[in-house]
Amino acid sequence: MSIQIEKPGMLTTVQDEGRQGYARYGISTNGAMDGLAHTLANWLVGNDAAEATLEVTWSGLSAHVLENSWIAVTGGNLEPWLDDQPLPMWRPVYVQKGSRISFRKVITGCRAYIAIAGGWQMESVLGSYSTYLRAGIGGWAGRALQQGDVLYSRFEHAINAAELEQISEKATDSALEPIDTMVEDWTDAPSDQSNIAANTGKEDRTNATSSLPASSRNTFENSVVASETTTLPSPVRWRVSSHILPHYSDEVTIRIVAGRQWEDFEQSSQQLFLEQAYRVTPQSDRMGYRLAGEPLQLKQSTSYLSEAVTHGTIQVPVDGQPIILMADRQTLGGYAKIAHVIRMDLPLLAQLAPGATVRFRRIELDEAQRIYVEWTHELKLLRRMIQLRLSALGLRVQKNG
Amino acid sequence: MKQTRWQMDPLGDAAVIIEFGHEIGLDVLANVQRALRALEQEPVTGIIEYVPSYTTLAVYYDMEAWADHRQPSIPPYEAICMYLERRLSAVFQSSSDSQRLEPSITRIPVCYGGEYGPDLDEVASYHRISAADVIQIHSGTLYTIYALGFAPGFPYLGGMPESIAVPRRDTPRLRIPAGSVGIAGKQTGIYPLDTPGGWQLIGRTPLRLFRPEQHPPVLLESGGQVQFYPITPAEYEQWREQ
Repeated sequence: MSIQIEKPGMLTTVQDEGRQGYARYGISTNGAMDGLAHTLANWLVGNDAAEATLEVTWSGLSAHVLENSWIAVTGGNLEPWLDDQPLPMWRPVYVQKGSRISFRKVITGCRAYIAIAGGWQMESVLGSYSTYLRAGIGGWAGRALQQGDVLYSRFEHAINAAELEQISEKATDSALEPIDTMVEDWTDAPSDQSNIAANTGKEDRTNATSSLPASSRNTFENSVVASETTTLPSPVRWRVSSHILPHYSDEVTIRIVAGRQWEDFEQSSQQLFLEQAYRVTPQSDRMGYRLAGEPLQLKQSTSYLSEAVTHGTIQVPVDGQPIILMADRQTLGGYAKIAHVIRMDLPLLAQLAPGATVRFRRIELDEAQRIYVEWTHELKLLRRMIQLRLSALGLRVQKNG
Repeated sequence: MKQTRWQMDPLGDAAVIIEFGHEIGLDVLANVQRALRALEQEPVTGIIEYVPSYTTLAVYYDMEAWADHRQPSIPPYEAICMYLERRLSAVFQSSSDSQRLEPSITRIPVCYGGEYGPDLDEVASYHRISAADVIQIHSGTLYTIYALGFAPGFPYLGGMPESIAVPRRDTPRLRIPAGSVGIAGKQTGIYPLDTPGGWQLIGRTPLRLFRPEQHPPVLLESGGQVQFYPITPAEYEQWREQ
């Protein structure tokens, strides 16, 4: 259960849910930019959300599979391939020794996540597997992955290769039986490779729904979709439905709640902030996104004392151009906080690349919280459904989280 | 006795920020620290972490844990604010100023000048004093750690005399070695990591401010105090070897 990095691509790092409990010491939280894609990748191979995944940024990563493994790829569609076939996303995929995974082209979003059954074997530093690039700790030797790095799965100790072969054979039979509709089942076999490629992209929903019998469509608007995979190495016939996934796009509207200094901005600036389309500038990375638009103005120039910030905090420095703080943000900030992105919309934000446009829509705090709490309930249900599917495949499922 | 007051505001949809005052000051800092210690003494599920700063204490929470499913009309934010109000009222009612903890003092050895502090002479000539005067003023002061941030274990120190304040360098250095002690405006600080930076460097400490293998992973904690003392290059090197 291991892979070797052939080409690291633009930036590939090990991440998890973040390094929590150390922000008071000035230690950044880090963690996956798109926490939802990270979590689902893990769930899809039977892991807890706390296991590490590989965060692939932009295209260019390629890796050799050194031993047979179950993996899942989620997040932005960076056109993952398995040898000369498109590698389907948002479902478990059985990859065989000797094959090669590569990310060829950015279709939607800009960050993909790779989980492996059992979790990537990493040393936990300060309670997290996340790579803290600036401090050179965590993840893989505290740095981004490089050519030649060999990464192992912790599953190795729990299950051997022979067992896995059996599992993959068993999976062929059991996956034929539809279990629920949060995972969508495909009944039409895609006629050729290009069809499969289309199925891994934006078009998923349409294809999948149209192929579903009407009776199974209304139960839960299909959170896990099925795929015909006779031409693919893995016999899994379902995947997470794009119905419940965020609609990654390079033109998004992000919901925000007001920040503590919202009232300190000119009324015209508040209005401008909510009306204009901002461009994500090239000076954007895992620390923060710098936006460009008509500059915002404070009612009076004030200096603010540094205080805690959070993932999605939107700060406005003197130049009037907002900065959205992301996963590798510093722990404190000293600029006016005009707003904060709601948690629910952080995955959409995480998938924006330089050049993308973003607009903001203000909602009230209680609405933001209601949306998120309802969403976590939906996710719990989804996890149960995935777990049922995985047990049918014979994949071991971790108990917690 | 003056009554301690605070104000709570949301910090996004999954954190609360409690503000104990608007100005930097030892009393406000003491209240932030007291609130932090009291809240920590009673661990609660659904609170992820606390982050203190100059005048504020941020509380990061798990929205779902604070959602009351029997009373969905109470948003998680209100639920956690009610909890925090109750706890803080108890803390600040029950005790008096006499219970204030004496801040711990961390003594930090610094090798001033030379290759360790290439800007020492510039700071001296800026104020038309000698390098020895700068060292004496810098090490003769007790500094308060108002917050940690910017980098792992980096202290925001208060209390530096204006007589050694200097503007940042026009051109930042590309690499400043960890342990460098610098001055920027009215602030002094210590770089925990090798980083680029524009501070005027007057010396370097052999102590490690960030040591991820230990607990706590940083040398200094907010609310404490720092005093620098001069050491020789030989002592610096000896210290590094240990």
